[in-house]
Amino acid sequence: MPSPRYAREIPTRYRLEAARCSDCGKVNYPARRICPSCRGVDFEKLTLSRKAKVITSTVVHVPPDDFLMEAPYAMAVVETPEGARFMTQVVDCDPSTVLPGMDVDLEFRLIRKEGNSGILCYGHKGVPAA
Amino acid sequence: MREVAIVGAGMTRFGELWKYSLRDMFVEAASGALQDAGADRLDSMYVGCMSGGQFVGQEHLGPLMADHLGMAGVAATHVESACASGGVALRQAFMEVASGMSDVVLAAGIEKMNDGADVTNVLATAADQETEVYYGVTFPGLYAMIARAHMEEYGTTEEDLAWVAVKNHKQGALNEKAQFPREVTLEEVMNSSIVSAPLRLLHCSPVTDGAAAVLLCPLDMAKEFTDAPVKIVGSGMATGSMALADREDPAFLDSVEKSGAQAYKMAGIGPRDVNVAEVHDCFTIAEICCTEALGFVEKGKGGPAAKEGFTALGGCIPVNTSGGLKSKGHPVGATGIAQTIEIFRQLRGEAGARQVENARIGLAQNMGGSGASSVVHIFEGV
Repeated sequence: MPSPRYAREIPTRYRLEAARCSDCGKVNYPARRICPSCRGVDFEKLTLSRKAKVITSTVVHVPPDDFLMEAPYAMAVVETPEGARFMTQVVDCDPSTVLPGMDVDLEFRLIRKEGNSGILCYGHKGVPAA
Repeated sequence: MREVAIVGAGMTRFGELWKYSLRDMFVEAASGALQDAGADRLDSMYVGCMSGGQFVGQEHLGPLMADHLGMAGVAATHVESACASGGVALRQAFMEVASGMSDVVLAAGIEKMNDGADVTNVLATAADQETEVYYGVTFPGLYAMIARAHMEEYGTTEEDLAWVAVKNHKQGALNEKAQFPREVTLEEVMNSSIVSAPLRLLHCSPVTDGAAAVLLCPLDMAKEFTDAPVKIVGSGMATGSMALADREDPAFLDSVEKSGAQAYKMAGIGPRDVNVAEVHDCFTIAEICCTEALGFVEKGKGGPAAKEGFTALGGCIPVNTSGGLKSKGHPVGATGIAQTIEIFRQLRGEAGARQVENARIGLAQNMGGSGASSVVHIFEGV
């Protein structure tokens, strides 16, 4: 990933910054310029709480090259108490136990090392709720 | 709008076609369609291809393919909507003829996936790079999450999914163009290796090379080319949220429902009027979700349809008589046109051992990504 793009995504990935639509209240994560539910353009910044619930999940056995060493790993769509939904890995547990309804905490982790230059890409991963 | 008909079709065999380049495959399919119709002229052509750029490093496919077809000079446009590229090419060609802008237009779909590219990564570019692929998800992974949501919500079982593969391979065994024209047993599907739980290898469509093309013209000109034209009576296209996380119900494909509703409205028919359908079974769960969104079965009730024979050859609404993407193969950009050719053959009574008796109205549904785009066409025999 080109480093300008990586830098641009830091608020989203490092700080879990979302945007609440001032018109309809929908929480958009990552932030958008236009709200997909009401097309409003005014937002207030919001930091997501670091906990979420699994909506649906899978265990990836055949991964992309960058994740070869990690397979099999669990991935899930999770929802935070603010109503933001996003994709994340769920780690530090048997991946087959990551099922809809599971509570997770979100922790700052290394996500991937990219390309030959090995840029370290960070973000959040789910772990079983404490 | 003018009435539009398909008057010719051509396609390559689907499979690992090591001796064929992207352009070779296009030329075989496109010249096949022209010969089938006895046509020696073209006003315009559309080439559906998901990613010539990433699979073989080739863009600017419109003029390249026109040139190799010996048709340099005609208008030629490459269209892309991931795995729905072929369906979109057909829709563009249909609109161009219907509008009166052109008379004889070719709609083609092509993809060369077996040429050394990293297929998993190329296909993943049809998902959201920033919010999905970054974290390590694959296409089977996305559909696996759709499957798990469907299981959770409606009680669909892994066996229900497996029956879709059994059914489609049984039908594909009758298709000489299919990549895997052989039957598989329930046990083989249920014991195949896990790709992304709960999806196993035999729940997934294969990596395929192939090309397909159809020739369109105004209905009132069709007799010049064939005695058995097939009318395009409905066309719909819709989009949905790109990322799975942004969908209210991850087990339902909104874009499929919307594109279907548009096509039904244009054709003036409903799902019960359809005699045969090709739907986008890139994974077994996708056939279940698509048959629900198109109204062939009730929402949430698609699970047992394959097992009960409702969607099998001889059933109430035969789905994927060609073998579907599962058995026939899925050269992503070509799929939408290959589906169209199966319906074209069915409505002309040319489908041989897999012919649906008295098929008069057929439907083809082609989907991009994890359902962010969907195209539906409805056809009627003349």
